[in-house]
Amino acid sequence: MLTFMASDSEEDACNERTSLMSAESPVPRSCQEGRQGPEDGEDAAQWRSQGREEDQEEDPDRYVCSGVPGRLPGLEEELTLNIYTPFTEDTPSVGQRLLNSVLNTLIMLSVIVVMTIFLVVLYKYRCYKFIHGWLIMSSLMLLFLFTYIYLGEVLKTYNVAMDYPTLFLVVWNFGAVGMVCIHWKGPLVLQQAYLIMISALMALVFIKYLPEWSAWVILGAISVYDLMAVLCPKGPLRMLVETAQERNEPIFPALIYSSAMVWTVGMAKPDPSSQGALQLPYDPEMEDSCDSLGEPSYPEVLEPPLPGSPGEELEEEEERGVKLGLGDFIFYSVLVGKAAATGSGDWNTTLACFVAILIGLCLTLLLLAVFKKALPALPISIAFGLIFYFSTDNLVRPFMDTLASHQLHI
Amino acid sequence: MTAAVFFGCAFIAFGPALALYIFTIATDPLRIIFLIVGAFFWLISLLLSSFVWFVARAITGNRDGPIEKYLLIFGVLVSVLIQEMFRFAYYRLLKKANEGLKTINPDEPAPSMRLLAYVSGLGFGIMSGVFSFVNTLSDSLGPGTVGIHGDSPYFFLNSAFMTQVIILLHMFWGIIFFDGCEKKNWYPLLAVILTHLLVSALTFLNPQYEISLVSAYMIMVLTGIWAFFVAGGSRRSLKRYLLCQDKNFLLYSQRSR
Repeated sequence: MLTFMASDSEEDACNERTSLMSAESPVPRSCQEGRQGPEDGEDAAQWRSQGREEDQEEDPDRYVCSGVPGRLPGLEEELTLNIYTPFTEDTPSVGQRLLNSVLNTLIMLSVIVVMTIFLVVLYKYRCYKFIHGWLIMSSLMLLFLFTYIYLGEVLKTYNVAMDYPTLFLVVWNFGAVGMVCIHWKGPLVLQQAYLIMISALMALVFIKYLPEWSAWVILGAISVYDLMAVLCPKGPLRMLVETAQERNEPIFPALIYSSAMVWTVGMAKPDPSSQGALQLPYDPEMEDSCDSLGEPSYPEVLEPPLPGSPGEELEEEEERGVKLGLGDFIFYSVLVGKAAATGSGDWNTTLACFVAILIGLCLTLLLLAVFKKALPALPISIAFGLIFYFSTDNLVRPFMDTLASHQLHI
Repeated sequence: MTAAVFFGCAFIAFGPALALYIFTIATDPLRIIFLIVGAFFWLISLLLSSFVWFVARAITGNRDGPIEKYLLIFGVLVSVLIQEMFRFAYYRLLKKANEGLKTINPDEPAPSMRLLAYVSGLGFGIMSGVFSFVNTLSDSLGPGTVGIHGDSPYFFLNSAFMTQVIILLHMFWGIIFFDGCEKKNWYPLLAVILTHLLVSALTFLNPQYEISLVSAYMIMVLTGIWAFFVAGGSRRSLKRYLLCQDKNFLLYSQRSR
């Protein structure tokens, strides 16, 4: 979801807390270890999706906020993604496979919807502490466990040996700094980097554990859901935004990636509205370790609350720029990663999807500038991405391969 | 093969483009967007040309033999024409967008058409280069011997140099093309289309790399000189720049630090 970050300073008074963007990482469920996936594809996808997301950082000042999908399932639940995609794709007929993927999609989507509604309900009844704790658990698991698993897979792929003390040191430092940057204070660039990394990690989990056709159908379905959840009057995300607006609280500073922020350090009496819980942590994100995709779209980001008292010497913060929900990052990464992993080893397909997603994002930003309200960030990009994936894979690839083998240049 | 060839060819092919990107485009987000949109337009033109080639092949029944080569030549020529068409379409889009940009960002000066010509040309070039070369590049990372069956051992080097030339050419073509469109002068457009066709046609002579590569480089130098004069350069400004007497440039680079 793209939301509008207004830059009128009169209403924005942010203390340091509100200005710090914390990201909610979805708490991943621990997946079965030892499952080998397409490692090279993953690594490639990881780097490519990171690269792409780096590019997305450089968007000009625009108001974009994407919802973050992803819910955290209870820890009691099982640890693999299989629970969400029970229908196997190993079937003899095409029709059966298609049916199974659609059923898998329905299951995933219903989990996401349920979790989103749960979150909205929690938010409505001001259970900030619960949400806060949930988010911290999510990011803990993502930053430590998933990083450890990913590092293990990378080391295995490149056949590099690493001893446990070094591994512990590396993972501990990475995770601890990540938690600090995301949930407390840190330089904006570092926070952005960590948000991108956890989105990429989450996307890798999806790429690895979602069956192939189900992944494509899920991408399509999630875009449609995003559209509805943000734009329909009774959509959960829209209700979330409206509730936050009524309470005049900023929405989900966690779980949002913000592209630019200028804040001035002031002395602060903590803002009463920001006491206790985080600023509206909206965490539709990945609480589910692997499957739930929470709401992809995320309602507008509201301006931070006014300073609590006139005695505060808080300088006003001017927030400008785009805010994009982490869930959107995740799904963009899933698309590009899937294109890399399954696109017959063809780099052209991956690059085409990359460019298509960026263009979709530009168009969405344009619409955001025109409409000035929260917009879903997924539909256009995913639509372009899917179109370009299938057309490049089937039409462009044979043409370019033939040209390259004869060394003809067009 | 392997890492040496991979890195060498990668830097040969994409070095100039990367340098141009880092120094001129990466600093301004708006330029990045225009670059990506340019790349997207090239991608659509490629999609269309692949579709045309695919249909032509399906019509002639997917037979092997000399007809495949003729179809490929046909595909290449059609592709060049479609690319130039999309360059023109991008020009029209930018013209319209310029007005829109002024309303959205009234305080910031909108980028000039010359700058957009450069950025769009570079976008086209980067996308074109990447799409032609990246698969070959990834193959060069693995083990193997080039030309073991009697083909030329300079396959990768040639592809790398050709890619570099094409990227730079696209950039120059963009500048010349947009300038021709701005001044409503149709001869530069024709010249761009003809040189593009010529360069692509020269690649039909591969693997006689001497002819195709050397001619392509000569065409690039000539086009570059033409683009330099079109973009407003002159011998005097070049002399002043080389002798570090260009006060505007020196002041500008001081300020930006």
